[in-house]
Amino acid sequence: MTAPVVELVGLSRSFPGTPPVHALRDADLLVQQGDYLAIVGPSGSGKSTLLHLLGLLDRPTSGVYALDGVDTASLDDRERAGMRAHRIGFVFQSFHLLASRTTAENVMLSEVYRKGPRKQRRARAVEALERVGLGHRIDAMPTTLSGGERQRVAVARALVGRPSLLLADEPTGNLDTATSEQILELFRELHDDGLTLAVITHDLEVADVAERRVQIRDGVLSELERSWR
Amino acid sequence: MRWTWPEPSELLRNPPPWLDRSTRRRNAVPAPGFRPADLVGEVTTALTARPARTMLTALGTILGVAALVATLGLAKTAGNQIVRQFDELEATRVVLSNAERQGRNETQLSAIPFDAEDRLTRLNGVEAAGTKTPVDVGGGLARSVPLIDPQGQNEFQIPVIAASPGLFDAVRATVRTGRFFDTGHDERSDAVAVLGPGAANRLGVERIDNLPAIFVGEEAFAVVGILDDVARETDLLNSIIIPNGLARDRFQLAGIDEVHVDVAVGAADLIGAQAPIALSPNEPGFVRARVPPSPRAVRSTVESEVNALFLVLGGLSLLVGAIGIANVTLVSVLERTGEIGLRRALGATRGHIAGQFLTESAALGLFAGVLGASLGILSVVGVSAARQWTPVLEPWLPFAAPVLGAIIGLVAGVYPAWKASSIEPITALRVGAG
Repeated sequence: MTAPVVELVGLSRSFPGTPPVHALRDADLLVQQGDYLAIVGPSGSGKSTLLHLLGLLDRPTSGVYALDGVDTASLDDRERAGMRAHRIGFVFQSFHLLASRTTAENVMLSEVYRKGPRKQRRARAVEALERVGLGHRIDAMPTTLSGGERQRVAVARALVGRPSLLLADEPTGNLDTATSEQILELFRELHDDGLTLAVITHDLEVADVAERRVQIRDGVLSELERSWR
Repeated sequence: MRWTWPEPSELLRNPPPWLDRSTRRRNAVPAPGFRPADLVGEVTTALTARPARTMLTALGTILGVAALVATLGLAKTAGNQIVRQFDELEATRVVLSNAERQGRNETQLSAIPFDAEDRLTRLNGVEAAGTKTPVDVGGGLARSVPLIDPQGQNEFQIPVIAASPGLFDAVRATVRTGRFFDTGHDERSDAVAVLGPGAANRLGVERIDNLPAIFVGEEAFAVVGILDDVARETDLLNSIIIPNGLARDRFQLAGIDEVHVDVAVGAADLIGAQAPIALSPNEPGFVRARVPPSPRAVRSTVESEVNALFLVLGGLSLLVGAIGIANVTLVSVLERTGEIGLRRALGATRGHIAGQFLTESAALGLFAGVLGASLGILSVVGVSAARQWTPVLEPWLPFAAPVLGAIIGLVAGVYPAWKASSIEPITALRVGAG
């Protein structure tokens, strides 16, 4: 058995203030390779804090976070950036595509900060776009794409380079029901391919698709049984 | 080796080997990277995405660099223009004359010998030398053939000048018709004369193939040539020029007044120092040498006068240009907050972000420098063409200007780049983007 993708032990994050805000308290979590995890909770519950911690965009106040068997507390900023570049794929609610670049160029951007070969970068981007069903919109500008298509470009960008963990933050938050369904279908397919996904959402429909559900309430993380609902 | 995953609580008490912070993690952590080729690509894309804004941002620097290049170029061109005029007439001209001496009286002889021309042409750097001395003809009037014309005046007060044959070359005279007199005429005291065109006109002498003669007082001379023009000593144009030998023979010429020397470019100072010794070895102080002002001094005076004011103006516009770049780059950092967050999420370090914005503004400055230098050079060429000057540029200028632009861009980019790199990815990602 290989090391788990994510290993949280007593992870806490509090923000200084009067009184201090405990966004995440003493969270324990184990995500194995191939898991499809939904993190649910009302807004303000600490979901985003967890996502930032998982995505190495923020540092915990205390506790251990091991990603792919590497204790992230021991990493400096540069190494954390390297981990983000190689191990984590991000999908955001607001897509974050660069408006002046074609879909393929947007996907290729994710390889810029890896010290990977430049050769065939475009071929790999095209492959990722085909994977998300956008093989026909390779040279389209983001402004001409629908919301669902944009989010699929963002997923393709996250997929290039085969990250250990795909982190999605409210991926359907800006989409209507039908296109949300498409994105969720895509996530299910990726999960079937063996990708490890962690999706943060307040939408129970979205959470329903996932294999495991984790709830955050007032900074406290608890796993929900499959039978729950 | 297979082993089962320990429970989380156990993990803290008894960390497994991979949690060891010193040994194994180095291999496990992939390094982020930003290849130079990618940097160039990103910067190019960013700058070409909005060409109009890029142009406007660069405008201040373009104008500043153009002003500087044009100023330096025009000062150089104008300075060179002045020097060129000096070159042609003055810089190669040395005039020797008798120095004012205390107690000198009428009877005292000139310190300049009659063989001055010989002595000076032996000096290295002398192109031509010739003596020039006004002749006292005792009030004699000049006329051509004795013609009785009651209506017209046919006798004139025309100055007579005694010269050695080398004078014609020394003043760069050209002949309209006939020839100059030569050493032979001089030695034999032949009664020949060369007329300036003004004098020839007044005397009614237009051609010499009919062997015209003129009279000064009672002396008759054969006209051997008529001058067309002289570059120096324009009083020759209205004079009757006769050889020294003739002047000594007929008009009791006692000494030489002036020696005109045409020197090689750059030799003026040297000849100015040597000629008095060559002419008057015993008392060089009796001979005064007039040399042209040093061209270098002339040029630097002109350049520094033109430069000072315009360099200040150019520097000011560069400062404004730098502020412009800094301003727009700062605005674009704020606009691109979402992009910065995305890049950080994709693995960019603070350094990568700072490097990208710095490179962007430096590239912008470089572009402005190239464009500004081109505009500056064009205006130098334009002004030169309009005033028929030869455009002159320091050869390093077209290369230094883009470098200057790049440095300005770099300096202007420091603050925005620092600002961009200090944006937290979390905050940046909250900003919505398409």
